[in-house]
Amino acid sequence: MELLILIFLPLVGAIATALFTKRNTAKVAALVFSIFSLAVAIGLLCKFTPDASTQFVVNFPWIEQLGINFHAGIDGISMITVLLTNVLTPLIILASFKHEYKNANAFYALVLFMQTGLLLVFTALDAFLFYIGWEAALIPIYFICATWGGKDRIKVNMKFFVYTIAGSLFMLLGIIYLFLQNPANNFELAEFYKLELDATQQGWIFWAFFIAFAIKMPIFPFHTWQPDTYTTAPTPGTMLLSGIMLKMGIYGVIRWLLPVVPQGVQDWTHIVIVLAIIGVVYAAIIAFMQKDAKRLVAYSSVSHVGLIAAGIFTLSHQGLQGSMIQMLSHGINVIGLFFVLDIINSRLATNKVDELGGLAKVAPQLAITFLIILLGTVALPGTNGFIGEFLLLMSVYSYNAWLGAVAGLTIIFGAVYMFRSYQKIMLGETNALTAGFKDINGTEKVVLYTICALIIVIGVYPKPLMQISDASVQHLLQQINHKLTGIN
Amino acid sequence: MNIIITIALTALVVLYTGLFKAKKALLPITLLGLLVALGFTICSWDQPTVHFGMMQIDNFALAFASISIIGTFFIFLLTQRYFAENSQNIAEYFTLILFALCGIIIMVSYKNLSMLFVGIEIMSVCLYILAGIRKLNFASNEASLKYFLMGAFSTGFLLFGIALIYGATGSFDIDVIQTNLVNNVTNVSPLFYPGIILIMVGLCFKVGAAPFHFWTPDVYEGAPSLITAFMSTVVKTAGFAAFLRLFAGAFEPLHDFWMPALMVIVIITLCLGNITALYQKNFKRMLAYSSISHAGYLLFSLIVLTAHSASNVLVYAAAYTFASIVAFAVLINVKQKTGSDDIESFNGLAKRNPLAALALTIAMLSLAGIPLTAGFIGKYVMFLNVMENYQVILVVIAILNALVGFYYYFRVIIAVYFKEGKEVELDTPVQYKVVLVISTIVILVLGIYPALILNLI
Repeated sequence: MELLILIFLPLVGAIATALFTKRNTAKVAALVFSIFSLAVAIGLLCKFTPDASTQFVVNFPWIEQLGINFHAGIDGISMITVLLTNVLTPLIILASFKHEYKNANAFYALVLFMQTGLLLVFTALDAFLFYIGWEAALIPIYFICATWGGKDRIKVNMKFFVYTIAGSLFMLLGIIYLFLQNPANNFELAEFYKLELDATQQGWIFWAFFIAFAIKMPIFPFHTWQPDTYTTAPTPGTMLLSGIMLKMGIYGVIRWLLPVVPQGVQDWTHIVIVLAIIGVVYAAIIAFMQKDAKRLVAYSSVSHVGLIAAGIFTLSHQGLQGSMIQMLSHGINVIGLFFVLDIINSRLATNKVDELGGLAKVAPQLAITFLIILLGTVALPGTNGFIGEFLLLMSVYSYNAWLGAVAGLTIIFGAVYMFRSYQKIMLGETNALTAGFKDINGTEKVVLYTICALIIVIGVYPKPLMQISDASVQHLLQQINHKLTGIN
Repeated sequence: MNIIITIALTALVVLYTGLFKAKKALLPITLLGLLVALGFTICSWDQPTVHFGMMQIDNFALAFASISIIGTFFIFLLTQRYFAENSQNIAEYFTLILFALCGIIIMVSYKNLSMLFVGIEIMSVCLYILAGIRKLNFASNEASLKYFLMGAFSTGFLLFGIALIYGATGSFDIDVIQTNLVNNVTNVSPLFYPGIILIMVGLCFKVGAAPFHFWTPDVYEGAPSLITAFMSTVVKTAGFAAFLRLFAGAFEPLHDFWMPALMVIVIITLCLGNITALYQKNFKRMLAYSSISHAGYLLFSLIVLTAHSASNVLVYAAAYTFASIVAFAVLINVKQKTGSDDIESFNGLAKRNPLAALALTIAMLSLAGIPLTAGFIGKYVMFLNVMENYQVILVVIAILNALVGFYYYFRVIIAVYFKEGKEVELDTPVQYKVVLVISTIVILVLGIYPALILNLI
């Protein structure tokens, strides 16, 4: 029951928000609803016992004739992603407060509608429900980016849309295939776990699912939609995409790919990890060349996500745990970065690194918060990025030392270009453009300080977070190993 | 039987009312007649009857009859303001549509091949006239003539096929034909094979499946929009019901023989419809080609025959009908204001009329097959049906086509929301609003809770 409230509260909020035609009321209504959702999520967290069980389960028949149930629940892995969604959404809404969007009610209604879709994805235990949530999250973000985006938004978003939906249609094919193999004639995740498919079948299913997830994350070479989409989208859209939506792909791999077709994963894992590491290096090099800070962050995000993917596919405890915590950290950090750039862009109408400079002198608060977020991104010990990145690198290293070394060096390289752009934007002398820059105020302060607080708190004391998912990850690995040894 | 009688009587009453120039009474009488017919349809649910060995009113027939009647009802609601500007002979319009509906009811409930022919002819003759009812319009005349020639041609095929089947079995009754086939599985009369193929060709003409689709775009574009709406929804649904009754019923024992031929037709239809639709600038033409591609998806149900084939067609047809009606309603509305039915004339519709824009968007999403709309469920059950028989390649082709479909349906959405248009206020008459709102709700309800109509028949 609590879970239904969690999932559908944003939807109710979306409908309510759509009815407020006054811009400011719509904003406030959206914020209030997202904070309520956060409160519900925290309530669930308090009741949550960190073992491997699935809790708060709701299960009732939805479309009986087709064997579809509304079956959802939360285990440790879901809990992390649910928290991520519900912590970031209010921040994202608050971060958009300075913008005056046309038809604000529609804008905020779409954001909240998307939240419901995301929560469905993260809690679904029925493959059909998962697919519905997957698409329900895509439609609003398409409209958000294509309506309120920048130059070339129509073309860029069409590409984004066709790309992602192409992936998801093949995933649907895979889901139908599994359903037809399932003697119980339903879409239950638990039944899918039990299926005994041979290696060829697993290989096909693996690719059907993997392409959908790889496009969403995105993993090299399926990433080409991403930098353009991030750049043209309105900032809240970019935050939703990079902060939450790409985690759908990661979560999908963990929940629907690894345990359902472990043999397929094992057969292809080497190629995937190599692709992921190529992505890490490739994106880092491109990021290094970027003049536009927003594009730089977009590419660095590809780089970081590549590492998460590589870590997951090592099928090790560190890799999975690292990816769980890194999902959360990456979400927080990346929306922080995009927000800082948005603040700069909204005042100076540019994100070109070369045109900026000396902002630290005129805006010390912005400079210090930006620095903290940046440190989190480059995974300095004591910030939230460290623990996840450390675990991920360790897992890749123990999988293959060479790959680990390449990935590790790239992360250091990442720090270089991040600090270089920080130096150019914040340090040095002010120029004609930046001299009159006003420091952050009002809602901007609230958002940035919250993000910084999260970065430091999680960085210093990540243990409670790690505990949430620990038992579930352990259980998942047992399941995978059990199935693998059963077949061999 | 009551259904046909009611509709035919309504048609006659309307004709006489028109004679006495009581224009205002036409629409209420028609709508009332349709409601009574719908009432009869619903009352006869679960009470299968056979009339004179010619017509079999079972749940299959009733379900398709209901969709046809509801679709026609909505199309009549759209006549407000439409005919007044186009013609003096509104009564004839109404009568012809109603008679066509009679033919359609016969088509969905025939038990005898001669009734199939009679039903198709009653419907087609009315449509030939309706397509050309704008006497002074060149395109309309062209559409009518083309439709007539092609239609007559296809009827010839159909009739020849029926004759061959009669030659093989000595009967027009579809149950007798089926029994004949079942009893002689090893020794089927050779007349059956050309007979089945010819009937298939004839029916493919009627439903507009490639490569027998050439009339569709021109006729759809040339005919008055309202008639096009009628043709592409109600008529098409009836065509599929007729198809299904024969091929999933009587010819089912020879499935292995005609399935490969149909499979080729399906693949050509899907690819051709979708790829050509991609290049259309005219909204009506685009809908025509998209209707060809939908015919392809609908034929999926015949590739693999299961207990659910009929039900799947019903779901798909319902989804398609309601979405198309919304599309045509908005099209007529826009065309009256801007004088053009190009996709460009939809530019900026969101500002001019948010309701129409939203309804059109949901309709397009449904036609494209996005989850939570009826169109998705329709496509889903079709895919599921075919996957059950491991026709994975076919599903992959269908998925690639669905992707192409997204592209051109989204072009309409892009025009509506993201392009700047001329700031002409677009007012929607009340009846249009009713149609838009109800259809949109139906699309969403069927998309979110399709259990309502799944496996109904």
